[in-house]
Amino acid sequence: MKITEKDVYYVAALAHLEVTESEAQEYAANMSSILSYVEKLNELDTANVEPMSQVLTDSAEGSSLRADQVKLSLPLELSLANAPESGAGHFKVPKVIER
Amino acid sequence: MSATTTSPNTDNATMDAILRKYEPVIGLEVHCQLLTGSKIFCGCSTKFGAPPNAHTCPVCLGMPGALPVLNRTAVEMAVKASMAINCTINSKSIFARKNYFYPDLPKGYQISQFDQPIAEHGWILLHGGGAEEGNAKKIGITRLHMEEDAGKSIHDGFADSYQRTYVDLNRSGTPLAEIVSEPDIRTPEEAYEYLTRLKQILLYVGVSDCNMEEGSLRCDANVSIRPIGQKEFGTKVEVKNLNSFRFLQKSLEYEIERQAQVLDSGGKVAQETRLWNTSQNRTESMRSKEQAHDYRYFPEPDLLPLIVSEKWQAEIRGGIPELPDAKRVRFMSDYGLSEYDADVLTGTQSLADYFERAAKGAPDAKLAANWVMGELLGALNSAGLELTASPVSAERLGELVKLIHDGTISGKMAKDVFAKMFSTGKTAQNVVEESGLKQITDDGAILDVIKRVIAGNPNQLGQYRSGKTALFGYFVGQVMKETKGQANPAKVNDLLKAELEKS
Repeated sequence: MKITEKDVYYVAALAHLEVTESEAQEYAANMSSILSYVEKLNELDTANVEPMSQVLTDSAEGSSLRADQVKLSLPLELSLANAPESGAGHFKVPKVIER
Repeated sequence: MSATTTSPNTDNATMDAILRKYEPVIGLEVHCQLLTGSKIFCGCSTKFGAPPNAHTCPVCLGMPGALPVLNRTAVEMAVKASMAINCTINSKSIFARKNYFYPDLPKGYQISQFDQPIAEHGWILLHGGGAEEGNAKKIGITRLHMEEDAGKSIHDGFADSYQRTYVDLNRSGTPLAEIVSEPDIRTPEEAYEYLTRLKQILLYVGVSDCNMEEGSLRCDANVSIRPIGQKEFGTKVEVKNLNSFRFLQKSLEYEIERQAQVLDSGGKVAQETRLWNTSQNRTESMRSKEQAHDYRYFPEPDLLPLIVSEKWQAEIRGGIPELPDAKRVRFMSDYGLSEYDADVLTGTQSLADYFERAAKGAPDAKLAANWVMGELLGALNSAGLELTASPVSAERLGELVKLIHDGTISGKMAKDVFAKMFSTGKTAQNVVEESGLKQITDDGAILDVIKRVIAGNPNQLGQYRSGKTALFGYFVGQVMKETKGQANPAKVNDLLKAELEKS
């Protein structure tokens, strides 16, 4: 499968990443080769195989669910501890709405 | 100002003219907060109004390595809501990641459901306000899916708000059901009724408090218009920020007029997201959202497929109470109520229960219905009380209706009795006895008063007998005055007439 530089710029923009022109060329080539390799799987006939996203199944029904019980939350200082900036009990981020 | 930015006049005549030319096509997306105690994927409380970030933990803060575990009650509530709006439950559904960046979405993705939602293919009925019988219209429900809410961004109100946005993640991870309608809605009024009926059903099944001010019921609308007779849909616009019933209707009226103006002037409606500006009463383009979204959905690897077996479905179905549509039909057949009255009385579960308890003790259900809808709701409204705090219980209102029905008191006296019951909390019987309000139904007693009144008004009697029969009302008034309004009016009429015609 051929990945173009345009594809690279597109996914980079979605991930909020900046890539240079030479990086875009390099990634396009790398991604193309990775996908071409994985494409080998297409040789298998999967017409009658259900797509699987997890290897586990829920053995007894609902065993992966939790009861609706309130548990203690983190102390505020701990919740905010990793924030680059905080104040008045809030996380603070650069202004997000242009006006 | 160009034609597209002037504020259209949303008067009825303009709207009627537009609706003769164009047909609006509307679909609603409603987010409703499920009434669980803890969040959808962690044990943090969902209680509204806590100090900022007090209800947060590694899971809802999106800390690396923290794993979500699905809340069983949230699933039950979503299934219950789905059943109540006639959806088919998918016994297997899949959670998916919806990827986008926003500061109030700490993981960089929202856990939602995408191609395999928990329920699909439902409908709810509109009744056109319930005034016209047999006029119901079915609005299709495309799907109901479960998802987590994002946090809250606060853009104003702090000293550095001009350069900082504040983020409160208490709401992050609150369980939501998103209910998407088919584009079956044709007018702003229908949209209003759809949301009203949906809210009513959700309240009946008790899965949400549907409090729009607190954001537990939110609505976005997709609206387009097409020339009448055209099959293809027009270009649709998504309108957001509709946090009241009035805003929903107003914004749709505005959008329909705006789109009609664009088309009439030869322009094209742009596909975009617009925000309802509550202070300007208009929709505004959200430029930041103009770029096409690509959410890159993929199955959430941290959660197993959700399996809701037939057995579990049956258990949940058993917990669904009689729903408004069924109750309305039953009230009409069991109590002989009009569709309108049945519609009002089934408005909420508690009002319907109140009426049924009142009607049980009363021999005349229609009379009981009138008293519930008239005096009771009026008194509660002016006292600013909820029905649950009513000083007059349903059983006591039933007793009052009984006293009216058997003629112990007249309807007019009953209003005074009711007012006293409401202010003192006493029973109808007590109030009647204490204030001597009992209706006089004894013929002899009434006749005595009539004779006294006639003897005391010889002039009027003479005039009456010489043909001025309009004076009859004067005599009735005198008798009622003498008896302090307690004489049975029908008896007064009969006896007085006979007495006056005697010569």
